[in-house]
Amino acid sequence: MTEIHMPRLSDTMEEGVISTWRKQVGDQINRGDVVADIETDKAVMEMEAYDDGVLEKILIGAGETVPIGVPIGIMGDGSGAAAAAGASGGDSDGSAAGSATTGSNPESDSPGSAATEPAAPRSAGSAESDAGPRERPKASPLARAVAREKGVDLSTVTGTGPGGRIIRVDIEAAAEAKTATESPQQSAAESHRAERSEPQQQNEDLEEIPLSNIRKVTARRLTESKQQAPHFYLTSAVDVTDLVSFRSDLNERLQASGGPKVSVNDLVVKACATALRANPSVNVSFRDEKLFQHKRVHLGVAVALDSGLVVPVIPDADRKSVSEIAAEGKEKVERARDGKLKPDEMSGSTFSVSNLGMFGIEEFSAVINPPEAAILAVGATREEVQVRDGEFAVRKMMRMTLSADHRAVDGAVGAVFMQQLTSLLQDPIRIIA
Amino acid sequence: MAVITYRQALHDTLREEMLSDENVFLIGEEIGVFEGSYKITAGLLEEFGEKRVRDTPIAEEGFVGAAVGAAMLGLRPVVELMTINFSLLALDQIVNHAAKIYGMFGGQSNAPMVLRTPGGGGQQLGATHSQNIELYYAFVPGLKVVAPSTPADARALLKASLADNDPVLFLENLALYNTKGEVPDELPPAEIGKAGVTRPGSDITIIGYSRMATVATQVADQLGEEGISAEVIDLRSLRPLDRETLVDSVRKTGCAVIAEDDWLTYGIGAEIAASISDGAFDYLDAPVRRVAAAEVPLPYAKPLERAALPSAESLHTAVRQTLDAVGHRR
Repeated sequence: MTEIHMPRLSDTMEEGVISTWRKQVGDQINRGDVVADIETDKAVMEMEAYDDGVLEKILIGAGETVPIGVPIGIMGDGSGAAAAAGASGGDSDGSAAGSATTGSNPESDSPGSAATEPAAPRSAGSAESDAGPRERPKASPLARAVAREKGVDLSTVTGTGPGGRIIRVDIEAAAEAKTATESPQQSAAESHRAERSEPQQQNEDLEEIPLSNIRKVTARRLTESKQQAPHFYLTSAVDVTDLVSFRSDLNERLQASGGPKVSVNDLVVKACATALRANPSVNVSFRDEKLFQHKRVHLGVAVALDSGLVVPVIPDADRKSVSEIAAEGKEKVERARDGKLKPDEMSGSTFSVSNLGMFGIEEFSAVINPPEAAILAVGATREEVQVRDGEFAVRKMMRMTLSADHRAVDGAVGAVFMQQLTSLLQDPIRIIA
Repeated sequence: MAVITYRQALHDTLREEMLSDENVFLIGEEIGVFEGSYKITAGLLEEFGEKRVRDTPIAEEGFVGAAVGAAMLGLRPVVELMTINFSLLALDQIVNHAAKIYGMFGGQSNAPMVLRTPGGGGQQLGATHSQNIELYYAFVPGLKVVAPSTPADARALLKASLADNDPVLFLENLALYNTKGEVPDELPPAEIGKAGVTRPGSDITIIGYSRMATVATQVADQLGEEGISAEVIDLRSLRPLDRETLVDSVRKTGCAVIAEDDWLTYGIGAEIAASISDGAFDYLDAPVRRVAAAEVPLPYAKPLERAALPSAESLHTAVRQTLDAVGHRR
């Protein structure tokens, strides 16, 4: 009998939602089969089986959220659905990634021998190896027992015992830290619920919507950003008349050669990447009282999904052509819509672009996406009357606003960046130069 | 309540038991006229006569065998083996006879006898006269092995041993004979197979028996001054072993150090460590440590002898290291 545990699918993942069970109780599972889809804080990912067997029990149903390491189902030889329930109390510290040995040596466990071992020690999270094989953390038996009791994931604890062994005090400290960070939220949530329960009975017009993981993460990170990073804003009006006609020309030619269409936003992304390369002082991060210079330019492109905001990353955007950026961006946005974007495709950006122009928004200010130091908010393109050489002229204008973290970027530095970006966009041939 | 020596407690108890039960008799080398190599039997020949205090030739196998026969026929022999080292000469009588009688004869006969014998080194008696080989007997089903560390326990356990219908090896210790302690006048027999918690504590469990049980309490008192609450368990009985008390303590403290005068490898401490692992595995925050004698025939030279035997210092060090390993007060 083998427990299936909520796997760790990204570095920042603490809990996951069972999006769907792809297997039902009684289904035969072969090694490598997708057992379930798991929604992490960043994406929906497939959880593969590392053992052969039969799904005997589903412990956590679709839509439910559980922390990493919690048993979500039980696999066996198909004979022990009842016994399976009893075994779930066995080795529930699923973080003990016995998975490494399990996954690497599945042949040694014939179904028969597994059935004779009631508390199958090989149970620890068969699917956990999805995150790559991890070593079983060295912990004293007492620390393991206390961790189980307090729901502390051993893999998140640093051992201070001999040779890095995790000992009881480490678990207690971790549990305390966990309580300290959770309880304000919990108590806030509880008091919120308490406050609300009364009026809710009177006011049936109010309904709580369960937060998706993406929304939870967005809430946490953007609150952190707005609270910690002192934002300042620089707005430029760009004359994109030439850019728009340049894009039409470009698309005609690309279409002729069977290439993908390029959007104004793709051109803006490329122009930003070029301007960042020329102004490395904007391509920085302020973190833990330290300033970091990014040597590569990775552009994040904010995309609104039904479930929330995601930011696919186009790595090394300064070294890619506009059509490459267009193709990569299109492909990634599509996968993001399906929740199939991998966590590493949504992290590591050094600058982001957010565009609400398609909604007719003239201009807006975006919240910086930490740990980046700046984000560009792009508005709609519209025809305006401008004065050109003393004459009125109808020009296509687009407003864009840079939000910058003043801890990392000074006003003048941001202004020079915006100046160069504006000049690139107004002389678009240089974008593809 | 009187404060008396361990030696006196043994003497007084023997005398009392001889007074109360005429089937109790003493047998051994030099116990009568010479009054015992360690004077435990002083005055008893004069008081009880030659029939009940039997001096023997230097022939351990012979007089232990005689005692086994006497026990089978209803007497209550108390054998004095001058030191545990000489018990080896009577090993066959003890292991193959005394221990087996009850089981091999289908319960038709018991062998209710007490084999009193001191172990222990540190007296510059050389390698062959300084051993702690109680393990040989604690290993054998059919025997009981008790090891008192205080005058009161000596008295309570000697009473219990004489009342028991199985052969009991009663382990004394050369270093303990002159130690003093309170002995209540009305002391009931001890329960064989029951360990004592001689110092209650919560930070760490220290387990010892015989001389090392007294060293353990000294170390615990010193640790108390250092702000550490050590629980000391005096095994008192090696067979049967009181696993419950050990396990309960370690479940409370999460770590343990065993102090034993015998050798480390295969020693009594190994059995204790295994018992803790069986009963308190999920409660252990650090490996069980053992403090034991160096694995050499005990040297005669004083500095070497001292270096080879476990001490309060070595026990204290092991306790501190174990406390470090569990992050005590860090």
